[in-house]
Amino acid sequence: MSSSASVDCITQSGSGLKERNYLGLSDCSSVDSSAVSNVSEENKNNLNLKATELRLGLPGSRSPERDSDFTLLSSGKLDEKQLFPLLPSKDGICSLMQKSVISGNKRGFSDTVDGFSEIKSSVFTEGKWMFNATGSDSGTPQSVVEAKLAGSAGINMILSNNSSGAQPSMKKEVPTRALQEGHNKINGSNNNNSAPAAKAQVVGWPPIRSFRKNTLATTLKTNDEVDGKTVPGALFVKVSMDGAPYLRKVDLRTYSTYQELSSALEKMFMCFTIRQCGSQEAPGREMLGENKFKDLVHGSDYVLTFEDKDGDWMLVGDVPWEMFIESCKRLKIMKGSDAIGLAPRATEKPKNQN
Amino acid sequence: MHSFHSMLNYFPEEVLEHIFDFLTSHRDRNAVSLVCKSWYAVERFSREKVFVGNCYAISPERLIARFPRVRSLTLKGKPHFADFNLVPNDWGGYVQPWIESIVRGRVNLEELRLKRMLVSDESLELLATFFPNFKSLVLVSCEGFTTDGLAAIASNCRFLRELDLQENEVEDRRGQWLSCFPDSCTSLVSLNFTCLKGEVNLASLERLVARCRNLRSLRVNNAVPLDALQRILAQAPQLVDLGTGSFVHDPDTESYNKLETSMQKCTSITSLSGFLDVSARCLPAVYPICGQLTSLNLSYAPGIYSDELVKLICYCNRLERLLVLDTIGDKGLGVVASSCKELQELRVFLSDVYGIGNTAVTEEGLVAISAGCPKLNSILYFCQQMTNEALIMVAKNCPNFIRFRLCTLNPTVPDAITMQPLDEGFGAIVKSCKDLKRLSISGLLTDQVFLYIGRYAKQLEMLSIAFAGDSDKGMLSVLNGCKKLKKLEIRDCPFGNVALLADMGKYETMRSLWMSSCEVTFGACKTLAQKMPRLNVEIINENDQIEASVDDKQKVEKMYLYRTLVGPRKDAPGFVWTL
Repeated sequence: MSSSASVDCITQSGSGLKERNYLGLSDCSSVDSSAVSNVSEENKNNLNLKATELRLGLPGSRSPERDSDFTLLSSGKLDEKQLFPLLPSKDGICSLMQKSVISGNKRGFSDTVDGFSEIKSSVFTEGKWMFNATGSDSGTPQSVVEAKLAGSAGINMILSNNSSGAQPSMKKEVPTRALQEGHNKINGSNNNNSAPAAKAQVVGWPPIRSFRKNTLATTLKTNDEVDGKTVPGALFVKVSMDGAPYLRKVDLRTYSTYQELSSALEKMFMCFTIRQCGSQEAPGREMLGENKFKDLVHGSDYVLTFEDKDGDWMLVGDVPWEMFIESCKRLKIMKGSDAIGLAPRATEKPKNQN
Repeated sequence: MHSFHSMLNYFPEEVLEHIFDFLTSHRDRNAVSLVCKSWYAVERFSREKVFVGNCYAISPERLIARFPRVRSLTLKGKPHFADFNLVPNDWGGYVQPWIESIVRGRVNLEELRLKRMLVSDESLELLATFFPNFKSLVLVSCEGFTTDGLAAIASNCRFLRELDLQENEVEDRRGQWLSCFPDSCTSLVSLNFTCLKGEVNLASLERLVARCRNLRSLRVNNAVPLDALQRILAQAPQLVDLGTGSFVHDPDTESYNKLETSMQKCTSITSLSGFLDVSARCLPAVYPICGQLTSLNLSYAPGIYSDELVKLICYCNRLERLLVLDTIGDKGLGVVASSCKELQELRVFLSDVYGIGNTAVTEEGLVAISAGCPKLNSILYFCQQMTNEALIMVAKNCPNFIRFRLCTLNPTVPDAITMQPLDEGFGAIVKSCKDLKRLSISGLLTDQVFLYIGRYAKQLEMLSIAFAGDSDKGMLSVLNGCKKLKKLEIRDCPFGNVALLADMGKYETMRSLWMSSCEVTFGACKTLAQKMPRLNVEIINENDQIEASVDDKQKVEKMYLYRTLVGPRKDAPGFVWTL
């Protein structure tokens, strides 16, 4: 349900009231990027933003990343003190960072006005500024992109507004009574219990004190390091395999035994192993069974190893699973011949197999 | 009446003063000072504790002139919504001018309690230097100072009893502020430095605790490890209120065993908090004292899940106040409901602070609590969803609410079952809870809920509204009906000029009004400011465009108005425009 709801919010383009997922996003990245490029088109034409590079931060603070992959919404990673400038597009014109819904409507977060609905972006700083992209299509009032910016308490916005282009005006969005009528349409998709992909952030909502936000965010990070057991967050580690052209990532928390892990790895790297282990495979056998993979891993050709917190490469399987995931930093499927130091008798099954 | 009056006039002032001594509430004292001139005079000379709800409502000079014997001062600065990043940092609320005036006025200040104010090291140094009898400093949600300022307090305030720092943003200078307490300092009763990020000298801390035999309340920060906590507890088994530091340790060690032993000896601890850094495996050390706890704060421990929380809480049969994260889940709240029959206050916070995901807490948990805890009178509840039915049940179960604050993750979420607005649910709450003083509502709400609030919430003093209502009627219902309203804060609601200007005199009966992202225009604000000289109407405008070409019809982004006796403030920064 959540995915359909988020699709809803992307696909419609302004006719009357739509059901909107509350700030559903991030599934919609492809649409967003096109939407954003629309914005930059408009912005290019109407605002000479080249010189208006908004830098948000304390004097002397370093410029925050402008990685377009950087979303606000990866919880736990978000440090409230990070600042989200406008992303400069290639010719230096700032466009709004994609991936979240504009806030600020009176009733509900979703942008209800048409031309506006494509523009899903919000940038977070403490202040609020608006672009008035005049001359936009059909004169919809929603050419005003109102971006509410949330940030940490300590930030003053340094606005170097020396552009010669259109000054941001203070025009407000037209409040959307349309949305009021549609109360009943804002239905359960807003409060589905399965996690909406990502919700956009509105300044000050949910109303949690900055101090609490900062403290909890830090605690979560620390807990991850200190006692992996008690925190449910994903534990992604890279998995590399000799000879494979690219690496994979697995979330160790999704497994509870070595067998589950090795099955999963087998499936992931099957495409590489078939090729390489052709001689070992019985003809007609299409899938590498778990045993086969075990053979691969613990057989003559491949060994599963991991790098622990101290940087040492260890054989997978010696310690209890819980201990393993606490110390595993990355995985590597090594060729048996390379793993001689690690796995003295690679053909034998390991002693502790959970 | 006349004879009563003249009878009292025969009482010498000392007697009146003695009678007034029994009045501790500042509201009572305010009331008696209105009776007649002589009562006013007696009262003002005898008042020692002064409460100022808005530091810009009065000037320090006038305060000192009226209350020359003030010993204890409470000041509040920024509006409440500043907590949620809606107010720029340097909006104001400086304590410096107050301290300077108090110094000049030769006041014998002993206690200072500040909330949401900007405090500088210089202010703290002034305090420390000029008030030799200074006893108690309580700072809540303040910022602007560093541990150097704390060092000044520690060094110089020889009779310091209380240093209580709650949720402040303090720059840690990595000095040794705690070590600045001289060996002669033995007077500490309460020390809370949970919000500090840096390390303190553990040996100094242990010695301090050892020599302050009257220490009742100690809340340390995360940098204090478990073994240090154990040594501290061994020295201070008389503690009543404990905030742990880092509560992470290998349970199979002697340190941990010692902690268990020391904890068991702390038979006076009734309030427990901290756990900013905690491992579930260490929680059992706390079990022995659970039965004595009346207050438990686990709201900073996101790594503890429902099962472990429940194991702890089920022992806490005397609990009156519980603060947890939504990791407790509805089921966990069910256990709270069956274990904590004395519960009066519950706060369930979001563990996912950016509100992105889900929370495990729904209306079911709230209903369970209301059914199991008849003494419940104060709640702050962050939840995924709510229903009218649930709220109606809660209202029936708990008619004693004084504070009721509900926050749905999606601020305009309708009733999860019927998809209707939550008007009826909140209506039931205000109708049933006749003593309700503070209310925060959220979810899909129409003007109807405000009709209910205006009609029934007769004792309401503070109301917080966001993304609610349909028209000015909503706000008008509240302004007309809630006679005791003191603070009204509104964001993102379709309330406009008609509501704002309908009863301008009302705002002089209130402390303040905040409206942001509403429909109010500059013109209306100007009108209001013009007609009501005893209000400061401030427009906060972060765009650099305050004076230039402001159209009266333009909507105001953020307006904060408050009653004041001293006119527009002189320390307003550039982006604040007092009309």
